Amino acid sequence: MDAAHRLTVATPASTAHRVLALRVAIVTSILVAWEALSASGLLFRDVVPSLGAIGRALVRLLGTPEFYSHLSTSAGEVGAGLAIGAALGLAAGILLGANRFAADAYEALIHYLGPTPKIIFFPVMIMWFGVGAGSKVAMAAVSCFFPIAISAAAGMRGIDRVLIRVGRSFRAGTWQMVSKIYLPAMRAPVLNGLRLGLGVAIIGTLLAETKLSNRGVGHLIIQAYATFDMPRMYALLTVVFVIAIGLNALIGYAGRRAR
Amino acid sequence: MSTAAIRSSPWPARAVGAVSIVALFALLEALIRTGVVNRFVVPLPSQVLAAIPRVIAEENVAQRFWQTTQEVLWAALFLALAGIVLGALLYRFRLLRLACETWVGALAAAPVVLMYPLFLVIFGRSAATIIAIGFAAGLPAVILKTVEGLAGTRQVLIDVGRSLKLTSGQQFRKILLPAALPTIFVGFRLGLIFAMINIVGVEFLINFGGLGQLINEMAERYDLPATYAAICFVVLVSVLFFDVTERVERWMRRIV
Repeated sequence: MDAAHRLTVATPASTAHRVLALRVAIVTSILVAWEALSASGLLFRDVVPSLGAIGRALVRLLGTPEFYSHLSTSAGEVGAGLAIGAALGLAAGILLGANRFAADAYEALIHYLGPTPKIIFFPVMIMWFGVGAGSKVAMAAVSCFFPIAISAAAGMRGIDRVLIRVGRSFRAGTWQMVSKIYLPAMRAPVLNGLRLGLGVAIIGTLLAETKLSNRGVGHLIIQAYATFDMPRMYALLTVVFVIAIGLNALIGYAGRRAR
Repeated sequence: MSTAAIRSSPWPARAVGAVSIVALFALLEALIRTGVVNRFVVPLPSQVLAAIPRVIAEENVAQRFWQTTQEVLWAALFLALAGIVLGALLYRFRLLRLACETWVGALAAAPVVLMYPLFLVIFGRSAATIIAIGFAAGLPAVILKTVEGLAGTRQVLIDVGRSLKLTSGQQFRKILLPAALPTIFVGFRLGLIFAMINIVGVEFLINFGGLGQLINEMAERYDLPATYAAICFVVLVSVLFFDVTERVERWMRRIV
């Protein structure tokens, strides 16, 4: 192997090793700093609990059947809300993407309402759907509708016109056009919309649970706050972050594979 | 559809959009008056409209608006300082960027606002909690776009700086920062929108502060028209905020 070839092979590998070493160093520094801050007494007691206490709380949490019951409640609410929001968002996106006049008339509404804080609609959702799971499902649906509709409309406009003409020349019906042409051709932007939608649906649901609920992970978080059980709160937040980031990465990966 | 395309939409379509929304509210008014929709769940749109001046006059809306604006401005200041500095650091040290950029990306996907009970414990039920949440929610977008903007500087500009023997500080101030400014502002605007959404949201959740608290108070009094009016007012403020920042971004792209 000549020197130049050795260099091209060795450089990425050595960079990868250095990156890994730096990551380990950063994580270690953060953990050491955390432990030092916890032991220093600079903050109120238990605001920064020791890593051991958080670890024990995490193990206790994951070993309790009650946690999985609350988790399944939240997952059910997010899932139902996402299904409703995605169905409505896709329908609205396809309609706006396919019809120029409809887009000119209504897309500004979605574009400008998209970045408003959705949690402020929670009092309305309580009045409409009650204090139970219905209002949380509605929060998830309202939250995820906008990113999915915007992505679907953009995806619809990006479909190759030839594909649409092929579908029409085969005299495909509306549902056949949607299922055989539109959705397969716009799967990447739709998956991206679903990724964004899932993130905001989780936030919408769990925030609603922290505000008014006696079930779900959001309720557990606010209960840990009310009883000042900080290790449990950190454990809960860790679980929520891992699930949210993991699901986001998974759908992102599927979206990249779909391109 | 881009914002520019939305703005240039033909007026007949816009008129149809506006008329159909008015028609929808008129239909809702009729359904409530005929008892099809329960007026104790959905107030009459005319009542909501009438409640807006009452809410503005009696609930210190101007003061609440100023309080929320102050929180957004503080978060914006911290976002600009920390986000741009951290982004510039990641750009300057390539290894650090390779190690941390995916983490920052993951943080952008994390439901940071759910940490509000934790921030309540640390900062108390105060504006500091609200500002901290707004800052944390907006930070990843500013960092990522700062890195993107600096990394996207044309090589020829960097070479010009080198040929003029600029120091690294001069290179940053005179070449990199001006070239990256439009992209940095895109990130700053995104961060600001995330901050504003979370600030109003946390105000509502902890019943403290400006506009978010207004909605909570109206809902707790079960004053339905005022609750709906307050929500409409906050939505209007959000839309205006989004529109103004968008215009500033376009203006900045033109002048840079």
